[in-house]
Amino acid sequence: MTPYLSLSIWVPIVAGIAVLVFGRDRDAGFARWIALIGAIAGFFVTIPLYLHFDTTSSSMQFVEFAPWIPRFDINYYLGVDGISVLFILLNSFVTVLVVWAGWEVITVRVAQYLAAFLIMSGLMNGVFCALDGILFYLVFEAMLIPMYLIIGIWGGPNRVYAAIKFFLYTLLGSLLMLVALIYLYNVSQSFEILKWYRVPLEMRTQVLLFVAFFLAFAVKVPMWPVHTWLPDAHVEAPTGGSVVLAAITLKIGAYGFVRFILPIVPDASRYLSGFVITLSLIAVIYIGFVALVQSDMKKLIAYSSISHMGFVTLGFFLFSQLGVEGALAQMISHGFVSAAMFLCVGVMYDRMHSRLIADYGGVVNTMPKFAAFMMLFAMANAGLPGTSGFVGEFLVILAAVKANFWLGFGAAITLILGAAYTLWMYKRVIFGDVANNNVAKLKDIGSREFWLLGTVAAAVLAMGIWPKPFIDVMHTSVSDLLQVVARSKL
Amino acid sequence: MLAQLNYWAALPEIIILASASLILLIDLFIPDDRRHISYWLTQLALLLAAGVTIVTRNPDVIHGYHGLIVDDRLADVLRVACFLSVSLMLFYSRGYLVARNLFRGDVFVLTLFALLGMQVMITGANFLTLYLGLELMSLSLYALVASPRDHPRSSEAAMKYFVLGALASGMLLYGLSMIYGATGSLDLDTVARAIYERHGSRLLLTFGLVFIVSGLAFKLAVVPYHMWVPDVYDGAPTAVTILIGTAPKMAAFAMTLRILSGALQGSAVDWQGMLIILCVLSMVLGNLIAISQTNIKRMLAYSTIANMGYMLLGFLTTTGDGFAAAMFYTVSYALTSLASFGIVLLLSRQGFESDQLDDFKGLNQRSPWWAFIMLLVMFSLAGLPPTIGFYAKFMVITEAVNEGFVWLAVIAVLTSLIGAFYYLRIVKLMYFDDPVETMPIVVRGDTWLALSANGLLLLILGVLPQQLIALCATALAQSNFP
Repeated sequence: MTPYLSLSIWVPIVAGIAVLVFGRDRDAGFARWIALIGAIAGFFVTIPLYLHFDTTSSSMQFVEFAPWIPRFDINYYLGVDGISVLFILLNSFVTVLVVWAGWEVITVRVAQYLAAFLIMSGLMNGVFCALDGILFYLVFEAMLIPMYLIIGIWGGPNRVYAAIKFFLYTLLGSLLMLVALIYLYNVSQSFEILKWYRVPLEMRTQVLLFVAFFLAFAVKVPMWPVHTWLPDAHVEAPTGGSVVLAAITLKIGAYGFVRFILPIVPDASRYLSGFVITLSLIAVIYIGFVALVQSDMKKLIAYSSISHMGFVTLGFFLFSQLGVEGALAQMISHGFVSAAMFLCVGVMYDRMHSRLIADYGGVVNTMPKFAAFMMLFAMANAGLPGTSGFVGEFLVILAAVKANFWLGFGAAITLILGAAYTLWMYKRVIFGDVANNNVAKLKDIGSREFWLLGTVAAAVLAMGIWPKPFIDVMHTSVSDLLQVVARSKL
Repeated sequence: MLAQLNYWAALPEIIILASASLILLIDLFIPDDRRHISYWLTQLALLLAAGVTIVTRNPDVIHGYHGLIVDDRLADVLRVACFLSVSLMLFYSRGYLVARNLFRGDVFVLTLFALLGMQVMITGANFLTLYLGLELMSLSLYALVASPRDHPRSSEAAMKYFVLGALASGMLLYGLSMIYGATGSLDLDTVARAIYERHGSRLLLTFGLVFIVSGLAFKLAVVPYHMWVPDVYDGAPTAVTILIGTAPKMAAFAMTLRILSGALQGSAVDWQGMLIILCVLSMVLGNLIAISQTNIKRMLAYSTIANMGYMLLGFLTTTGDGFAAAMFYTVSYALTSLASFGIVLLLSRQGFESDQLDDFKGLNQRSPWWAFIMLLVMFSLAGLPPTIGFYAKFMVITEAVNEGFVWLAVIAVLTSLIGAFYYLRIVKLMYFDDPVETMPIVVRGDTWLALSANGLLLLILGVLPQQLIALCATALAQSNFP
């Protein structure tokens, strides 16, 4: 059997190393082509994961197993189920977009830029398919290094602060997770995540483990109140960095909730679900208001990401099929939509070198094609039916209403808030009279940008109109997960 | 068994001693422009000694010289690691020594004598042998620190090192004499038996233990016996700092293991408590003070202090697995430390020390390759995957958790977060800032190869650490610790 998962990890990493070795700054075109070929190859090797995926089985598929460090029973153990498989595809897809998006924009140290993204892409695929605790931790942490460099080298004026804040914040969370992983090893004498699902743990231990894992993943998601690194990182990162951060890195935090917290400490999860739901609702509503008053477009989208991710954590902790599936659908959709929104801001930023809403106005007059694309993405961000944004939000609200009417009511406020902040920004930037000379001189998107945005637009519409292929993949695994969560471990 | 001389158990030591004497003689007849002959002879001696150690390795524990020394797997592994690190140190510092008129026979000979002292510390099976090895190493190092004779800072550092080092040796000796008084023997195995059979005064034993732990803590450079470290690291020529910061750590580890576990395992409850205090203080203070340093050598000095604290985390479990983790930590730390000082040596040249943090600004633009190697070094020191430093921290924390010290593990990870901050700052200077210095970096071919291999090894062992972990574990298992 072809080791598709290993390929999905190693093809981008090897391509990244090749870019570093053969790419010269003087001949950036060559580095770009190697990177693009590597990224596309990386995407193609993940397609069989979807095509050959058995949707009727909830067990791990495409499993690869090799002993790695026998002394601690650490293994190179890979596998995907319906929950994780889509994220590998999403990640590989976004990597192609990112390499393509930086084509003419990045001109300094091109080879290092592209290599950082490719290596990070491989590592993130590793996060989604690692079934060994230490392997997971290894890729989870190693991923920070390229992101740190991306923000710090190619970022905006305040990039150093943002890069260090990003790094230390996420490291704080994950270090405690390391202690939790080691503790679980101590209890079960194994680093296999699936074995941890069956280890009995008393309540006090479960709560402590919950706290350790929660810190690691809540910072990554990010949940209110540990979200403050995200706006800084997003604003300062180059477009590609923002895209990957929003589309994939945040999903890793949410993925950690379903892979680790819910099945490993189910009793603590139920016991503390009220706490998580409260934090999620604060993120959805309060952060929605915060987004409303932003004057910087990237910051606005960053806050909108936090608000949308609040929906995801809310969905998980309702412990119902609809809620978890809705949350997962929301994650995929947000991967497309936030990537698209950041790409749109990137398109404008490349021309005007400003992200402030006040510097724009009447862009539709000079960039009609672009305005049409952005319209679609703004609608998707607001959760309009027919776009991918609607599917997840609708399912989660449905699940929330089933659990408790007022919970659903609170969650549904996001539909209003999301529409308000996104469309209001859109109105101020795109519509109206041409605001100034700079806007008047804007050129509409070229063919590269057209195809770039067009690809994402197709994905957003496809998922919005016909979400069944996405939901079907996760169905069996989610119901199996919920059974695991329902069993007490005390 | 004890009656046998078994002189070949000390063959690597004999080779180093003979080579040191030979090089001392040959060097007298070599004109100044041919000093590289002594240099290559020194390298040859190291290679020969390493080769002999590997070829004569033996599955059995062999005592030699009537029980004064012991040749076991632990000794073999650490001896080879010391030869390797001294050899790398010579590769890295050649340009530095030439530029400062220190490329002299006496430096090589003193280095070899220091190495001989470390070997004796590694193989000693008797309190006196261990002590003699320690003194041989220390005296050679004092002289090496003072080798730039007209340099007041080096002389000051040497003086400080000497006075405090002598004090620590005195404490150690005092403690050993009390153990001798309590058990009636200087032989490690006999002392261990006496303690298990509860001969002698418990009070005297514990009292001696306090002095012994203090003396060892000084050599390991852990808080509160750390005051000498930053000054000596800073004042010594970088070529000597790299020597002090690497191989002696492994020798000190071996000596600590032989004394605390080999002889005093019966009092493990007593020294465990002391090590916990040293461990926590080192991790916290070492990392905190390192933040405010502007000189890379001082920063690395505090980083050493913190790292030795993490090493103790494995040691204080008092189990064989814990010692194996501590050994892995020491070896991987030495490897990382070598590369870190190697880069500092690489960037310095005639009349320019490159010991300020700001000298690293924009290194990525001057040389992406060395910036990348330094990046690996920094992440390895911070204990982040995929570098060897991660497994080092992982192993000691795992052993601590296994023994129920979850709270120590939590302190360890939180302090390593503090540590990450100052290591990241170096990465920030290298990658995010523009260079102040624009001189091209000139590297000799052999140095390039050695340093690149050293740096990449941090990554390779970070991905595939199994061999090194197994090596440490089997070495300890075969040598019967505890």
